[in-house]
Amino acid sequence: MPDATIQDTPSQDAAYNYGYLDEQTKRMIRRAILKAVAVPGYQVPFGGREMPLPYGWGTGGIQVTAAIIGREDTLKVIDQGADDTTNAVSIRRFFARVAQVATTTHTKEATIIQTRHRVPETPLTDGQILVFQVPIPEPLRMLEPRETETRTLHALSEYGVMQVSLYESIARHGRIAKTYNYPVMVNGRYIMSPSPIPKFDNPKLDRSPALQLYGAGREKRIYAVPPHTPVNSLDFDDHPFEVETWTESCELCGSTESFLDEMIVDDTGKRLFVCSDTDYCESRR
Amino acid sequence: MSTPLLSARDVSKRFGGRVACRDVSFDLWPGEVLGIVGESGSGKTTLLNCLAGRLLPDGGSVTYETRSAGSVDVHRLSEARRRLLARTEWGFVNQDAREGLRMGVSAGANIGERLMAVGARHYGEIRGQAADWMGRVEIDVERLDDRPTTYSGGMRQRLQIARNLVSNPRLVFMDEPTGGLDVSVQARILDLLRGLVEGLHLSVVLVTHDLGVARLLTHRLMVMQGGTVVEQGLTDQVLDDPQHPYTQMLVASILPV
Repeated sequence: MPDATIQDTPSQDAAYNYGYLDEQTKRMIRRAILKAVAVPGYQVPFGGREMPLPYGWGTGGIQVTAAIIGREDTLKVIDQGADDTTNAVSIRRFFARVAQVATTTHTKEATIIQTRHRVPETPLTDGQILVFQVPIPEPLRMLEPRETETRTLHALSEYGVMQVSLYESIARHGRIAKTYNYPVMVNGRYIMSPSPIPKFDNPKLDRSPALQLYGAGREKRIYAVPPHTPVNSLDFDDHPFEVETWTESCELCGSTESFLDEMIVDDTGKRLFVCSDTDYCESRR
Repeated sequence: MSTPLLSARDVSKRFGGRVACRDVSFDLWPGEVLGIVGESGSGKTTLLNCLAGRLLPDGGSVTYETRSAGSVDVHRLSEARRRLLARTEWGFVNQDAREGLRMGVSAGANIGERLMAVGARHYGEIRGQAADWMGRVEIDVERLDDRPTTYSGGMRQRLQIARNLVSNPRLVFMDEPTGGLDVSVQARILDLLRGLVEGLHLSVVLVTHDLGVARLLTHRLMVMQGGTVVEQGLTDQVLDDPQHPYTQMLVASILPV
């Protein structure tokens, strides 16, 4: 059944339904999202569709965004913190075309932020939705290859094996050496992969006022963290969770608090550090 | 000592038309080592898996006397309770150590897994206990951070034993713990097991086809043939004065050295 609102908008590309996906698909994804929100951290299977870009480029995130986006929304898309990378630009243009939404690069103005590998530095607020692109939704996958077994482990909350991997990291490196995709416990119940964000961003997930939705296109899983839900990074009592720190500050804006990228800028190996979040950096200059 | 630790009543298991074990009943008392002997295919391992809750028997029941919650029917517990029981009050030593170990992580992590599974979150203490257990099963503590892939067969088997005993179980199931090891290594493991069983007051159900192992370790023996128990009694009695023709044949077929 066609969406009644479509006929009112002459600018709509007639070849596509509003938001690219057909209404039945959007409904199916919204159901999965509702279930995911109701059971924080639980991976809900959904019938992922073919999208006009390859797996690994954000098909899961795009489907989630397409299912929740409306004309009143303002969309921001970031890739590794930046608004101006290929992936971010093309996804933003995709939605401007198929959903006629306003787009922005400013975190504060956005209602939906689709992201890959970062959480914006600017604190999120009530009503904002953060959509993550997730390559491997199963946090136990590298420890336990059988899907039937990982599901049982989640169902029974048997998470000793996750702790074993952290133990192994300390035994080998003297500290928990995992720096991204650092496992978290959601609402004291499910262990969740926060997608490959740096562990620097993990504290931002905890009790965030924004809704967090995670979409994995290849693995066809959706999971969520509702606003104000406790999200704890796993650790040991004598090796507590710590985020990355830098002795340098951002070359462009001078920030000492944001996540910094190290760049090599010439053939002699000159390095400089800049904020990975371009919007945050520009707003401070 | 008024109640048995584990009681099996008429445990039966079929695979299609093939009977793996039929109407097996016994009581295992605290501190007792029960041996199950018989040739390959006689249903020993199937019986062991039924007892340990890894296989659902077609008939009969297995009751276990827990530390705190009284006696429970192993196969009527929820899967969560059964798995909890299996990693706190029980141990399971496989013949092939690779099945019982995580080969991709260090020995310390292997030993520490059960502790972490029940909530231990202090790295130093977990490591301390792991090192302690390495000593008790006679593995050089220097090897604590090495992976079991770098261990010899005998060391892997000792590591598997440590990994099971760290959670202080009361009952350990062993499936041919010395199978596939050379004779001198077997002797050391048997020695170690005997010491641990006595020192920790463990109850053990031991499956073996090696009557020598049965003689050394077990107090009581069940002889299985074709899925049924043909004879049971005190180990020395069964081995020195076998009554059933099959047991007589088993005892007679030990090669003299």
